Amino acid sequence: MRAYTPKDNVQKKAYYTDRFYVSPQVPKQKPESDEVFNADLEAIKAKFEVLDAYIQVEQLVVFINPSDIYGVLELMRDDLEYTQLSEMSAVDFLAQRGGFEIFYQMLSMNKRKRIRVKMFIKDGEAVDSVEKLYRSADWAEREMFDMFGIEANNHPFMKRILMPYDWQGNPLLKTYPLQGDEFAAWYEVDKIYGKEAREEIGPEIRDTATVDRYDSERFSRLGFEVPKGTEITGEEPKNEENYQEDGGVFLIKKFDKATSTVVDDPQR
Amino acid sequence: MAQHKVNYTQDGGLPIALTSMDKLVNWGRSNSLWAMTYGLACCGIEMMAAGASRYDFDRFGTIFRASPRQSDVMIVAGTLTKKHAEFIKRLYDQMTEPRWVISMGSCANTGGMFNTYATVQGVDRIIPVDLYLPGCAPRPETLQYGVMLLQKKIRANKASRAQKPKRLM
Repeated sequence: MRAYTPKDNVQKKAYYTDRFYVSPQVPKQKPESDEVFNADLEAIKAKFEVLDAYIQVEQLVVFINPSDIYGVLELMRDDLEYTQLSEMSAVDFLAQRGGFEIFYQMLSMNKRKRIRVKMFIKDGEAVDSVEKLYRSADWAEREMFDMFGIEANNHPFMKRILMPYDWQGNPLLKTYPLQGDEFAAWYEVDKIYGKEAREEIGPEIRDTATVDRYDSERFSRLGFEVPKGTEITGEEPKNEENYQEDGGVFLIKKFDKATSTVVDDPQR
Repeated sequence: MAQHKVNYTQDGGLPIALTSMDKLVNWGRSNSLWAMTYGLACCGIEMMAAGASRYDFDRFGTIFRASPRQSDVMIVAGTLTKKHAEFIKRLYDQMTEPRWVISMGSCANTGGMFNTYATVQGVDRIIPVDLYLPGCAPRPETLQYGVMLLQKKIRANKASRAQKPKRLM
């Protein structure tokens, strides 16, 4: 067994020098390079303000103002044949830019094209729900609310979808710790047994790799089992694999290994 | 007087078996361990395989029930999320005593690889557990061996009503 070295300080050391390292982007093309996309973009530009547009990995990305989203998606659905909203959610840019980037991934089956509509909202702002246009936005907007805390106006059922209703915090925020804050750590204990049970049940054991073979309270070595609480010296006798008590079991035939057939051919 | 002569020292005393109440009750309990269907994740697949014809739980008297009120052992097979924690407690409370719990697989034992905010780090934080099965997922043989160990545990205990019901706290 390897010698145990405390890893506390190792954890403190940053693995990457820049925690939020921005990878180099794949090249972008001008929207004019694709005539279908260009026509779509012109149709959007005719009615709404477009902040930026480019083609990346054969998909058109359009940046618009948050107030226009319902109109743009309505135009795309009714006039431009983008009949599906495959996905929508948010990206946390709170640290860099103080807000969220919301994206709507649109698919046109007729044109065989995908457009990603993007917009930027400040922290605390709400978006307009597009649930009336696309039914798929119903759950997607609820998930966005659940994970980022961004509300969608005019949504028919603006509640959490994955986490419990009484949950606190938004798990997909970059500031949310992966192993949960204090509320998350005690959630089930508080809810079922009450806060006063915290001391008795104890904190979560997060190091699941901990195995102590000398601790007979919590562990038992396979083949060398001893009664609970026995002090382990390492000289324990080997226990034979034992399915039944030695004296046999009342009304049950004793299993005899010698007279049994071991089936080792899985294709028998 | 009956004409036949019964030798009670032969053939285990058949046709008459002499035993104690403890043994008789424990024999009944340990050989009709009706399990509650509690497949929460991939371990549930292994649990189903253990119940199906190849491994055949029925020959141990372990029959899966869909209701906690009819079951004696709860096999927690899979990841328990914090959202689900209150329901496992409610279902456990609905089971009649005596009742046992098998925690099957790493996730149910310790949270396993889901070292995250949404997973209960061990089902024993919610309900008392009798048997922990290691593995990810444990093979059906492991579950069978686990059930046999649980049978041994039941036989080792007194069957009287004075037995203290298990509580987590």
